[in-house]
Amino acid sequence: MLFLRPLARLLPALASMLVSGLIAATAFAADLPALVGSLTTGSFGDRETAIGALAASGEQRAAPILEALGAGQLYVRKSDNLVLIGKPDGNQLALTEAISGKAAGSGSEAGLDRIRVNNRLRGIIEAAIGSLTLMSPDARVRRGAAEALFKRRDASSLAALDLALAAEKDPRIKQSMSEARAASVLASDASSAQKLEAIALVRERADRDSLGVLQATAVAATDPEVKAAATAGADAVRQTLAAWEVAQNVWYGISLGSVLLLAAIGLAITFGTMGVINMAHGEMVMLGAYTTFVVQEVIRTSAPHLFDASLLIALPLAFAVAGGIGILIERGIIRFLYGRPLDTLLATWGLSLVLQQAVRSIFGSSNREVGAPSWMSGAFQVGQINVTYGRLWIVVFSLMVFVALIALLRKTPLGLYMRAVTQNRPMASAMGIRTPRVDALTFGLGSGIAGLAGVALSQIDNVSPNLGQGYIIDSFMVVVFGGVGNLFGTLIGALTLGVVNKFLEPYAGAVLGKILVLVFIILFIQRRPRGLFALKGRSVE
Amino acid sequence: MITRFLWQGMDRNLRIFVLLVLAIGVALPLLNQLTPPGSAFHVPAWLMQLIGKYLCYALLAVAVDLVWGFCGILSLGHGAFFALGGYCMGMYLMRQIGSRGVYGNPLLPDFMVFLNYKELPWFWYGFNHFWFAMIMVVVIPSLLALALGWFAFRSRVTGVYLSIITQAMTFALMLAFFRNDMGLGGNNGMTDFKEILGFSVQADGTRAVLYFASAVALALGLIVSAAVVGSRFGKALTAVRDAESRMRFLGYRVEGYKLFVFVLSAAMAGIAGALYVPQVGIINPSEFSPANSIEAVLWVAVGGRGTLIGPVIGAFIVNFGKTWLTGALPEVWLFALGALFIVVTLLLPKGVVGLWGQIKARSQAKKARAPA
Repeated sequence: MLFLRPLARLLPALASMLVSGLIAATAFAADLPALVGSLTTGSFGDRETAIGALAASGEQRAAPILEALGAGQLYVRKSDNLVLIGKPDGNQLALTEAISGKAAGSGSEAGLDRIRVNNRLRGIIEAAIGSLTLMSPDARVRRGAAEALFKRRDASSLAALDLALAAEKDPRIKQSMSEARAASVLASDASSAQKLEAIALVRERADRDSLGVLQATAVAATDPEVKAAATAGADAVRQTLAAWEVAQNVWYGISLGSVLLLAAIGLAITFGTMGVINMAHGEMVMLGAYTTFVVQEVIRTSAPHLFDASLLIALPLAFAVAGGIGILIERGIIRFLYGRPLDTLLATWGLSLVLQQAVRSIFGSSNREVGAPSWMSGAFQVGQINVTYGRLWIVVFSLMVFVALIALLRKTPLGLYMRAVTQNRPMASAMGIRTPRVDALTFGLGSGIAGLAGVALSQIDNVSPNLGQGYIIDSFMVVVFGGVGNLFGTLIGALTLGVVNKFLEPYAGAVLGKILVLVFIILFIQRRPRGLFALKGRSVE
Repeated sequence: MITRFLWQGMDRNLRIFVLLVLAIGVALPLLNQLTPPGSAFHVPAWLMQLIGKYLCYALLAVAVDLVWGFCGILSLGHGAFFALGGYCMGMYLMRQIGSRGVYGNPLLPDFMVFLNYKELPWFWYGFNHFWFAMIMVVVIPSLLALALGWFAFRSRVTGVYLSIITQAMTFALMLAFFRNDMGLGGNNGMTDFKEILGFSVQADGTRAVLYFASAVALALGLIVSAAVVGSRFGKALTAVRDAESRMRFLGYRVEGYKLFVFVLSAAMAGIAGALYVPQVGIINPSEFSPANSIEAVLWVAVGGRGTLIGPVIGAFIVNFGKTWLTGALPEVWLFALGALFIVVTLLLPKGVVGLWGQIKARSQAKKARAPA
């Protein structure tokens, strides 16, 4: 008896296939020329029935004929009443025989009568084409057609949808089709019970389009029960949508926050723990991005198969380049300026100008293109949030950098020395730590991390000499907001600012949102001059 | 009596310097107006305009020096006060265009017609009067400085934190002024000015007067700054710069000192901006860019912070270099500017003015070492 079960499942499917095949076959028997001929005569009302009949025929040629009719490109030749499709080709029309699809030379509009349509007919034609494509062998086309019909919600497409539903085997497309059918039911004069069922189905879909369907139903319905159900459904959908929107803003905010974190975390080391204000920090980020560019150029010319690994190759190089230059800066300039923070600020600003101009002289001032490896392109859908792999990797990467940095500071001898020197320099020195060397390494570490940030930012920002300038003020804001000398503060600060920024954007616009955030931070610093998570202490400068 | 007080606030060098500024202020316009073109003494209008621009920059530099050199507040946002003063002047000049704009609207400036404004925004009222605009030139930057300073100094935001805040302020203002719906010209700013007080801004005579006014403003700025710095108040100010906490423990209300000098400085910057705009003929949001403000700080550093002559000299040197280099070797300019920042902070902490003292001190030290 075991074999009977699958057979029992198979039978209805087979039957439906047979039925639909039969219908198509009979419609074909009703012959295409007659159907097309009926398009050319009679009133707009007659034409409407003819379009319906043509669509129901399931005939392959029906779709192009209807498309031409909708676009006003279907003609009747006056001499022999032959129906032709005429596509504009210069001054002439390139003609095709509508029924056979054979080319029929070209001609001017003079000898032809255009078959006219009005707006109402155009809508019907679109729906008809939609139902025709429901039968397409291509799954993507079928799905697209179902989605289009859902948005159209036209009672006239019910018949086509029923046919298509019976034939469909892919469960996801079937779902789309039954949703489209429900939307069409709501637009038809079906019974209240059917409509209530349809509302439940549309409500489950819970996106912007289903909200539109439910709202329209709530307005149009005469039966109070249907009206109430539609209104309740619309409210529920609206709530779901609002929740998704919050979730989406949170995600975008985290994504922006992780970018801020990457840019700021190096600064949290140099400014936060060393107290050195490095205005050239943004330029370290820029150098990292340009390192990525150079790596990709080399790979492109000499080893194209390595392209997917280009970012991984660029990471250590960017760290080395930015970190090395950072050490040079510390040894060459900053060490002479310890204890003079304002002078450090000015000198490093000057340095940032020099670095920018140097990059501009070498690479030119235009944007350089840095490609995305295949594993970073593309996107996937979580509920109603569109998540791109690029953004996801940047979030992951910034957290990895953060964790690695914490581990370095807590678990390695170098980290121990760094913390010792920042907490009490003379004592650390007395214990035999070579403080100048630790200073240089700390500064190099902060700069190197900025270089890592540059590799990531090259994926989402324009790689130009001005890349760093866009981040410097934001980075300082993050560090100051989070609390100087506290890495976790930087993490929280970056994510908070990112999320707040994204929530403000829809209401205030991107620019005004940014201004509001700046003003907010300025006011915040008034309340807590040492940031969100200030180090407790009794020192007075 | 006040004149005497002001005069005595200055030392001998500064008196000579102020007289020099005034002399240049008188001489150049006279040479421009009275000598025929082609004569050896003739000063062409473009040169006068250029020097006029430098005079405005010099006044801005003095304003920056007043807070940084004498009170230790490194403001990276003085360009904002400068630009706000400029915008006030720009609004007056826009209203003066009247119906001579491209669209010929008697009330609305061209950019508002273009952006479909139906009526004048409320904050544009009054700017058709010169006196009102001149008051606003001083009041608006002062109010901003008052608000920012009151918040910042009260909660003891000092040092680099304050610098970053002021930089964020000018950055935020720049973003705001770039928006078209601010009603202040958006990213094009304001330009195509026709006349000021009934005189064409293009005419040489008007330019001569504007130039002279800039020189006088700079001289007055120097005199007022000298009076402030030389008074008891100024001594307390310098003490705040050098040991803020100690001053506070001694019972001085540090915030008040800082706030006064910050507002005064902002007002001076505003006046400089107002004189700058009719001479260059345009004001747009890029004046707010943080780079401009920090460049003004460089003028002070090059000239010598903590002196009043220094910023003026610094502004002239750097801007002359900028004019010359951006024309002759545009590639090199940013290298030179950047290098200047580094060299001045590393090697010339007292600026050009302090160079003489540095050399003298070194030779004295050598002499002191020699007999031993």
